[in-house]
Amino acid sequence: MNRLITASAVALVASLSAAHAKTDIQWWHAMGGELGAKLEEIVKGFNDSQDDYNVIPSYKGTYPETMTAAIAAFRAKEQPAIVQVFEVGTGTMMAAEGAIVPVYQLMQDNDVQFDQNAFLPAVVGYYTDTDGNMLSMPFNSSTPILYYNKDVFEKAGLDPEQPPKTWGEMEEFSKKIMESGAASCGFTTGWISWIQTENFSAWHNQPIGTNQNGFGGLDSELTVNGPAQVQHWTTLKKWADEGIFKYGGPVGGDNAPPMFYSQECAMIMNSSASRAGVMANAQDFEVGFGMLPYYDDIEGAPQNSIIGGATLWVLSGKSDEEYAGTAKFFEYLSSPEVQADWHQFSGYLPITQAAYDLGKEQNYYSENPGAEVGLQQITLNAPTENSKGLRFGNYVQIRGIIDEEFEQLLSGAKDAQGALDGVVERGNKLIQEFAAQNQ
Amino acid sequence: MKRTIFSNQLLPWLLLAPQLAITFIFFLWPAGQAIWQSFLREDAFGIKTSFVGLANFRALVDSPEYMNSLQVTAVFAVSVTLLSMGVSLLMAVSVDRMLRSSRIYTTLLVWPYAVAPAVAGILWWFIFNPTIGVLPYALDLIGYDWNHIQNPNQAMGLVVIASAWKQISYNFLFFVAGLQAIPASLREAAAIDGAGPIRRFFDITFPLLSPTTFFLLVVNIVYAMFDTFGVIDATTEGGPAQATNIMVYKVYFDGFVGQNIGSSAAQSVVLMLLVIALTVVQFRWVEKKVEY
Repeated sequence: MNRLITASAVALVASLSAAHAKTDIQWWHAMGGELGAKLEEIVKGFNDSQDDYNVIPSYKGTYPETMTAAIAAFRAKEQPAIVQVFEVGTGTMMAAEGAIVPVYQLMQDNDVQFDQNAFLPAVVGYYTDTDGNMLSMPFNSSTPILYYNKDVFEKAGLDPEQPPKTWGEMEEFSKKIMESGAASCGFTTGWISWIQTENFSAWHNQPIGTNQNGFGGLDSELTVNGPAQVQHWTTLKKWADEGIFKYGGPVGGDNAPPMFYSQECAMIMNSSASRAGVMANAQDFEVGFGMLPYYDDIEGAPQNSIIGGATLWVLSGKSDEEYAGTAKFFEYLSSPEVQADWHQFSGYLPITQAAYDLGKEQNYYSENPGAEVGLQQITLNAPTENSKGLRFGNYVQIRGIIDEEFEQLLSGAKDAQGALDGVVERGNKLIQEFAAQNQ
Repeated sequence: MKRTIFSNQLLPWLLLAPQLAITFIFFLWPAGQAIWQSFLREDAFGIKTSFVGLANFRALVDSPEYMNSLQVTAVFAVSVTLLSMGVSLLMAVSVDRMLRSSRIYTTLLVWPYAVAPAVAGILWWFIFNPTIGVLPYALDLIGYDWNHIQNPNQAMGLVVIASAWKQISYNFLFFVAGLQAIPASLREAAAIDGAGPIRRFFDITFPLLSPTTFFLLVVNIVYAMFDTFGVIDATTEGGPAQATNIMVYKVYFDGFVGQNIGSSAAQSVVLMLLVIALTVVQFRWVEKKVEY
């Protein structure tokens, strides 16, 4: 046994000295398929641009799988330098003070030029601490928008160039569409949690929790059972009963897009990053794009929508060379060219104003209708405490609770107030548990 | 029986060593880790750890979600066991009565056993999908609205059918073998005495089949409780509103998705106790007391 260990140690040292010329930087990510291939192309661009560092991307499965893998690796002291974590994992990553290196500090320590003001506030705001320092590097961010079927609108006698602006119009248009027989359902949606609860609240400038939606500390509480949210869930239930709205399932709502593609539902609210998928699947009809609807009787609406997606976290316990390389790599990643390329290919939002401007210069938005809606939506107003984002511990499970309570609302077991009270009560328990674990 | 006596004290241990090593590395060590973790409260990264005694278990007892999961698991395990054993017994008896083509039927019926649980789950997911599935479409024609994404009972029905379907082959094989071991003369004698096929089945065949039935009962319960993760994950993911969140799935979700390692470990310790209890039943009671 001892001999085996010695032998493998020797092999390890040998392999290290062979790679001495370049410092390897491990990057674990969750981008499969075409996005993964694009990501590798971007990494190759960085590796070819200099001789000191070699970034090695590895695909680790879904977001939860990637995060779990990185955490398990950290416990075994085998962690990568960079890991891609989805936005609801932010609370967990942030609380792990000894485990992460904040990005602003990484850039400072390595003297890499880094101007936080160059980033879009709605994107970066989600990932900053209360002092406004950036903790992780936004990589793929998106925001929900409205997609609608122009052909169905036309058949129903509606103006195909006018998407509904308010929820009142959503109802009115849907009824027209259903009565005319153009489609059998008005609208569906992905992500009850992210779109119809979190984004709904931000869009109407309503808080979903205390302490600036949890940014202020671990001792936060959910307040998502406010009158605006109750009004919205009550209305959604009423519309579900009338057939105007169809539920697409928990989490991302896997069954929602097929309802839109098959022209069963005339409209869908979903991530701006699903634009490419929508265009590819909407073979028989024209797609229109609009902003999320709002209630015009709620003051402060529309505010700005919030993002979802993932960021890159830097884990602690690596060598100085690796951190120097990581800082260089992040500088490369946030350059306008790389950002605009990634944004235009994937449908994710650009993270800097410069990349946005570059897209405008390239006439990308005039040639690709709908690609700008998400950007207009997140930059509509300067983010407030209620529309900066959210940060709660155990939030992955809380999202599950939101789905469950919504399902209880739909089945008639609870009314909207009862369901949202359930979210608050059960969610707060999880937040307290998380605070206890991290004390 | 002849006893083997080893003159060397070391030799038996050496011969056992590979098996003991496997047991230790793949069972005792992880089980020990789970037990230890179940007494700890820890953040995801393992930076802050504190010993909390039985707090994780107390939290489980107080948790309505966990109580719901227990109930769901019981309903699920009983339904899967009854359905899969019932259907396979019916098939086995039918095949047993066949003279010529029974071989082909047996071969065909064994196929589903080779399908991985996740694949079986996806298959049923497609068939039952409320938007694009064949079955909801057919049911809609006769005026029945199938939507297991919203309806908890339908969701339970779906995972029960998908899980039972996978286990039918296995049960079927054992039942066929068990039926063939019953002497034909007994049934013939009953037939001569004037007993019909149904009477013969309940008075002769079924009692004589009881060793097989009891064995399969334990195997099926264990299967339904511990081996159906893939089916649940591929079809309902425990929903809607935790209606199909069986204990094994909850361990995974709370531990791997929710990063609550203490609670997840405590839940797996509860599962471990259940397996031990089932094993004791199997060895002490079923294998010894059932009369052949």
